[in-house]
Amino acid sequence: MDPVIRFRSAVALVGRFPVLAGVDLDVDSSEIVLLQGANGAGKTSILRACAGLLRVVAGDATVLGCDLTVDPRRVRRRVGLLGHHGALYDDLGVEDNVRFAVRAAGGSAKAVGPALDRLGLTGRLRAASVGQLSAGQRRRVALAVLVARRPALWLLDEPHAGLDAEHRDELDALIREAAAGGAAVVLASHEHDRAHAVADRVVTVTGGTAALSTAAPITGSSDRRDEVPATPASFPLSGHTHVA
Amino acid sequence: MRSPTASRASRIVGLAALVTTAAVVVLGGWVSPPDEVQGPLVRLIYVHPALATYCYVGFGLSALGSLAYLWPRTRSRRWDRLAGASAEVGVVFCVGTLITGSIWGRASWGVWWTWDARLTLTALLLAVFLGYLALRRSGGEPDSRAKRCAVAALLCFIVVPIDHEATSWWSTLHQGDTIGKGILIHGLQLETMLLSFVSFGLIFTWMLLHRLALETLEDRFESEGVVAAIAERRAEGRVKAPVPPASVSAPAPASPPAGTSYRGEVKP
Amino acid sequence: MWRDAALVAGKDLRVELRSRVTTNQVAPYAVLVLLLFGIAFDQDRPLLQQAAPGLFWIAVLLCCLLAVQRSFALEAGDGARDGLRLSGMDTGGIFVGKAAAIAVQLVGLEVLLAFGAVVLFGTDLRDPALLVVTALVATAGLAAAGTLYGVMAAGLRVRETLLPLLVMPVVAPVLLAATQAWRSALGQSTDGGWRWLGLLACFAAIYSTAGVLGFGTLLEEV
Repeated sequence: MDPVIRFRSAVALVGRFPVLAGVDLDVDSSEIVLLQGANGAGKTSILRACAGLLRVVAGDATVLGCDLTVDPRRVRRRVGLLGHHGALYDDLGVEDNVRFAVRAAGGSAKAVGPALDRLGLTGRLRAASVGQLSAGQRRRVALAVLVARRPALWLLDEPHAGLDAEHRDELDALIREAAAGGAAVVLASHEHDRAHAVADRVVTVTGGTAALSTAAPITGSSDRRDEVPATPASFPLSGHTHVA
Repeated sequence: MRSPTASRASRIVGLAALVTTAAVVVLGGWVSPPDEVQGPLVRLIYVHPALATYCYVGFGLSALGSLAYLWPRTRSRRWDRLAGASAEVGVVFCVGTLITGSIWGRASWGVWWTWDARLTLTALLLAVFLGYLALRRSGGEPDSRAKRCAVAALLCFIVVPIDHEATSWWSTLHQGDTIGKGILIHGLQLETMLLSFVSFGLIFTWMLLHRLALETLEDRFESEGVVAAIAERRAEGRVKAPVPPASVSAPAPASPPAGTSYRGEVKP
Repeated sequence: MWRDAALVAGKDLRVELRSRVTTNQVAPYAVLVLLLFGIAFDQDRPLLQQAAPGLFWIAVLLCCLLAVQRSFALEAGDGARDGLRLSGMDTGGIFVGKAAAIAVQLVGLEVLLAFGAVVLFGTDLRDPALLVVTALVATAGLAAAGTLYGVMAAGLRVRETLLPLLVMPVVAPVLLAATQAWRSALGQSTDGGWRWLGLLACFAAIYSTAGVLGFGTLLEEV
């Protein structure tokens, strides 16, 4: 089966700065992959590249069958990105925001209500302006958009940030549900324990590069191009590698 | 000292420009007679129309270059460079046109400015292209800046026919006098004027060649930095300890390319 | 494309309804501009009456700048621009939607300004057909050009100062034509106002087309 994400030596530039300097990555559907690494290593950039927001200028990069080096725009409607910013309009209400985002992406407005209920955005909260909400509540609104849209690839950047314990558990449940439903999930997180608990596989990102993770620890340099067979979902977490 | 933007072509053109301009100065300044009505200021006819013509040529080239850049089959940074360089040279000639037009107006009608159709049109064009040049200087990544500026140049250019219609209708409403109308020239004056077109054309080309060379050098400087930056970025991963400490600082490697910020702002 | 346009226009107008920036800030600003003209021209009633069409359209231009700035400030907050790009909506539709929302707000402001001009400058509104049609066509052109330049400047740090520099020279012919059309409509000139309308229609058509074609490219560029 084709991998949902397939990167080989992908390079992406912002201006003259190479935010990605050679990324190798494989993600299959129903997989939950954790990206970990220091600040500035390139985790957010990998997520943005997968969403088609960051142009890949060299190497191979295919997401959901779309070649990102040729036309990154085609993939956008099929992925859901939860970034640091929520892509929400402060002046609009919660329900209006979610409805706009869902309909803009071609989804059905009927999915909005249940998604809001699922994220606990009920009653007074629904009509409140997003600008008045706390950071955690805004995050839940953005998550509601993802839940309502049901994309084939979920890209989550620090999803647990700002959420209280109850909603963190809820988020983990949502992630597992999405993967069980066939979606692939890639998340970047500094929350070591929680993220490790939910992820199937860990990929370490340093210096704008990432190597394919394998079952056994390997010592390899970042320009190795080894093909690695798809790993099963119940993969033990001890198998993650560092870039030398 | 050898100028970095000089080339064989620009030297030849420059020499030719010098020779023809000297000829125009001599013929126009001394040899040809002053006009009965306009006096010595008629000599501006050797300057103003040529300046105006090449101003439009400059803007036209800028639009053409922008079109070529946006067309996928001919996309190449050299068209973007042409668009930028010719717009700049065009602006210089535009200012010259306005100044000479204003002087002529002062001499003919005693006013520094007249809402003559052509002058107003030229002033509008200048404003529009100054905006374009400001846009060129404020962009971020080179490719997005090039695309944005190309679209802007085309938009600036398509407003030209509208401006032309509007200003000419407007000035007929007020029956203004057009600069240069009613001058009959012939003989030596005509030949000198034609020569002035040639010499200003050569000056325009010379300036354009130098400006293009400068843009090419700037582009090369930018792109050579990228290869080095990629290597530095990868090295950044290697020199760190196996478990990255939480307090690792921001993405800038030890010596980032000059002027680069994370948003990719590069000073042209 | 039209569905996306309606979606975006609806969103922009809904934001305006809730935040009331145009009604609470731009409208008073518009009236204030007219007042300042009156003060600057030293209450010279005949002069103000004569100049009224031009002053009206200058005030509209200034309001247009504010409306465009506001429209794109909306998208600047909190990754909304990324949201638009990620939604996969037809970019021509986004352009039409945003321009339409700006146009609607401008028309509202123009009604207010016309009222102000009648009161403050003693303008006598004759030939309303020409006045209204001119206003609508000119507004369409202003909104289209403004939206196009707005997205161009939106991603830049210097956008507040760059946008007026870009937009004003380009919409100068709109000012010229609209003023002349209104002067004709108000009986101040014998020139046929309808040919100016033709020019305005050309401008609006060109910039609308350019916007639908070029907005996507411009939205992409950081």
